[in-house]
Amino acid sequence: MWNAKLKALTLIVVYQFFFLNGALADEIKIAVASNFYPTMKELVKHFESITLNSDTTNNIVLISGSSGKHYAQILNGAPFDLFFSADKLRPNMLEKEEVFNNQSRFTYALGKLALWSSFNEYVDSDGQVLYTDDFRFLAIANPKIAPYGVASKETLTSMNLWQDMEEKLVRGENIAQTFQFAKSGNAKLGFVSYSQILSLNSSSEGSYWLVPQSMYQPIEQQAILLKDSSLGKDFLSFIKSNEALDIIKRNGYDLP
Amino acid sequence: MLSELDISAIIITIKLALISTSILIVIGTPLAWWLSQTRVKFKVVFEAIIALPLILPPTVLGFYLLMTLGKNGPIGRLLESFGGSSIAFTFSGLVVGSVIYSLPFVVQPLQNSFASIGKQPMEVAATLGASKLDRFFTVAIPLARSGFITAAVLGFAHTVGEFGVVLMIGGNIPGETGVLSIAIYDHVEAMEYGQAHLLAGGLLITSFLMLIFVYLFNRHFSIMRGSEK
Repeated sequence: MWNAKLKALTLIVVYQFFFLNGALADEIKIAVASNFYPTMKELVKHFESITLNSDTTNNIVLISGSSGKHYAQILNGAPFDLFFSADKLRPNMLEKEEVFNNQSRFTYALGKLALWSSFNEYVDSDGQVLYTDDFRFLAIANPKIAPYGVASKETLTSMNLWQDMEEKLVRGENIAQTFQFAKSGNAKLGFVSYSQILSLNSSSEGSYWLVPQSMYQPIEQQAILLKDSSLGKDFLSFIKSNEALDIIKRNGYDLP
Repeated sequence: MLSELDISAIIITIKLALISTSILIVIGTPLAWWLSQTRVKFKVVFEAIIALPLILPPTVLGFYLLMTLGKNGPIGRLLESFGGSSIAFTFSGLVVGSVIYSLPFVVQPLQNSFASIGKQPMEVAATLGASKLDRFFTVAIPLARSGFITAAVLGFAHTVGEFGVVLMIGGNIPGETGVLSIAIYDHVEAMEYGQAHLLAGGLLITSFLMLIFVYLFNRHFSIMRGSEK
């Protein structure tokens, strides 16, 4: 009798396993640049809500990280379906690889650079504070590896400050870390992304200067499809929809 | 080949490891001796605190250092009230971080080798009229020689291998806080895999040789074990 019960139970468990994981569920893994991660979470939530009534369960897994690291992982066979990079260089290089040459590459957002301080009423509306000697450290993302770092360098260069600033620069490995340096107050000033300022609990915290777009090359963030799947394609076309573009814009990015 | 930045990273790293290891030997020796001799009830609490960096992700340590050193943190405020400046983004800051981070790698081998001396040699020295301090320097320290070698090499190697703490409080300033592990990370991020290989491979071989050295000198390699006879 116990045997019969056990058999029935096993059957149910096995059946459930297939039911939930096999037939009716789709899964994609998205490697996303850490600066875009909070926005991406919101986008995925919205995508799930509009596809809720369809027959399949969509499971979207986000992997946040630096684009350089993701690039190296993709080249070495990481199981990602989509790659949302912080720049256009890496998707462009991936496209040159035969495997990923599927014409899917496109710009999904334009990053906006801002000079931010966790001190209230410290940064003026023209960034003139950079010319003062009132701060010991200015945090920027490392221009060698981070697109926001390149933009910071271009901004400082166009202000004729790059040479003099050498002594004051501290470099974060990415824009998230740069933000930590400024947020913790260890650096009084920092070049961060505008979307980070918007994601603060109270957006009135600290003070900032939104750097005019004329002072740096546009920070084009591009995405590329790595594996052919219907869910992956659906998600990409959702990203290009007006609803998605609204979310991206609301999070402090410009649209391509 | 190696760029100017790479060479400066190697120099900074060796300097950091040498200074941190020296400080660790100086504060680790009395600490390890006390731990090996004391019968105080809460000894395990102290042992656990010292062992914490072994199991905590370095980012935890780095995160708390960044917070405490900042303008809102206790140490940051204290320094500011004395008119000093923060040690975040400075070489001294890295030394403070490394000392905390590598503490167990120095204290544990020392404690083990002090414990393995046993009571007898110290008691014999006492009956011969040696003072407490005298006994410590002329009996305990020479007998714990292999413990010191293990502690120094591990403290050095572990500081060289540090990444998370430096990442959080360093700021990657060339010639000041730009260390080797960060330089390797940057090369990978910048897709300069050739240069990354050069530095990473060099570090791999050096670390391997350092461990070979430790094993040769100390056949009872016992960092994780408790007291050992």
